[in-house]
Amino acid sequence: MHELPVTQSILQIALKHANEANAKRIENIHIVMGELSSSVDDSVQFYWDIIAKDTIAEGATLHFRRVPAEMQCQSCSEKFHPDDEYLCPKCGGAQVKITAGEEFYVEAIDVD
Amino acid sequence: MTERIPIVENILSANDRLAEENRARINAAGVFSINLMASPGAGKTSLIEQTLPLLKDKMRIAVVDGDIATSLDADRAAAAGAQASIQVNTGGECHLDAVMLHGALNQLDLTQFDLLMVENVGNLVCPAEFRLGTHKSVLIASVPEGADKPYKYPGMYRGVNALIINKIDLLPYIDFDMDFFRRGVEALNPGVITFPLSCRTGEGMNAWINWLIENT
Repeated sequence: MHELPVTQSILQIALKHANEANAKRIENIHIVMGELSSSVDDSVQFYWDIIAKDTIAEGATLHFRRVPAEMQCQSCSEKFHPDDEYLCPKCGGAQVKITAGEEFYVEAIDVD
Repeated sequence: MTERIPIVENILSANDRLAEENRARINAAGVFSINLMASPGAGKTSLIEQTLPLLKDKMRIAVVDGDIATSLDADRAAAAGAQASIQVNTGGECHLDAVMLHGALNQLDLTQFDLLMVENVGNLVCPAEFRLGTHKSVLIASVPEGADKPYKYPGMYRGVNALIINKIDLLPYIDFDMDFFRRGVEALNPGVITFPLSCRTGEGMNAWINWLIENT
């Protein structure tokens, strides 16, 4: 849906931190993506191969660590992965809170 | 030798920074601003059309309309009484972002307005990810879309400050499980204010108008 602006942002972040470290080349980019957070998928790598050309990030591999969604029941504290309904599987409670799955950030880069 | 540099930087942080600049500009002019989001056909433009006549004697209103193409929506807002209406064509992008709103703000003398209504591109996925810098995000759900939308588009329902439930005049004719819908909304966005209304009949519009007046 909006892979191009997302890929551009990832590139900017990677280049900024690589330059600060005086790196010659970026080999890997580690991205954390929560299940609830974003609509982008592996096609980011396709855009990457185009927009990172002629930069020190050319040819770098993108690694996605996906974080599953997690909810916590506010009645019995049970943590669970939400299915089609947001009901606690243990006590049936409907008062739930999202505790994981909204991450969307660059975690680290590997540079030479 | 390969070295790992830890970063932990939000991928859309550049957009977020520009959104903060937009917010500062809007604040400096003393304007209240909303970002209206919804799927195509939920009633974004209709809501603006119905809202403008009820407010235009009380405040000065600017509308920024985001669409992939055409200026149809900005034309409708102007016809309904917006003092200024700016069309932003996103050229294929599925959402407005802070850069596009920044460009639109450059075309407005913000000090001449009290309320800025931004109509985002019809889409329940992407607009949720790109903050614009507006004060409140408002989602319009419409009952013909079905009650499962909070579960299918959690990111959108999670991030909004107010939820309009439009086309309630159709409730007798369709299967819409309001309890199921509201349970999903409450899990994602506890306590979010909701406005069930019908742009067609005008039912429920008062609560929405009063909310705008209180905030502006």
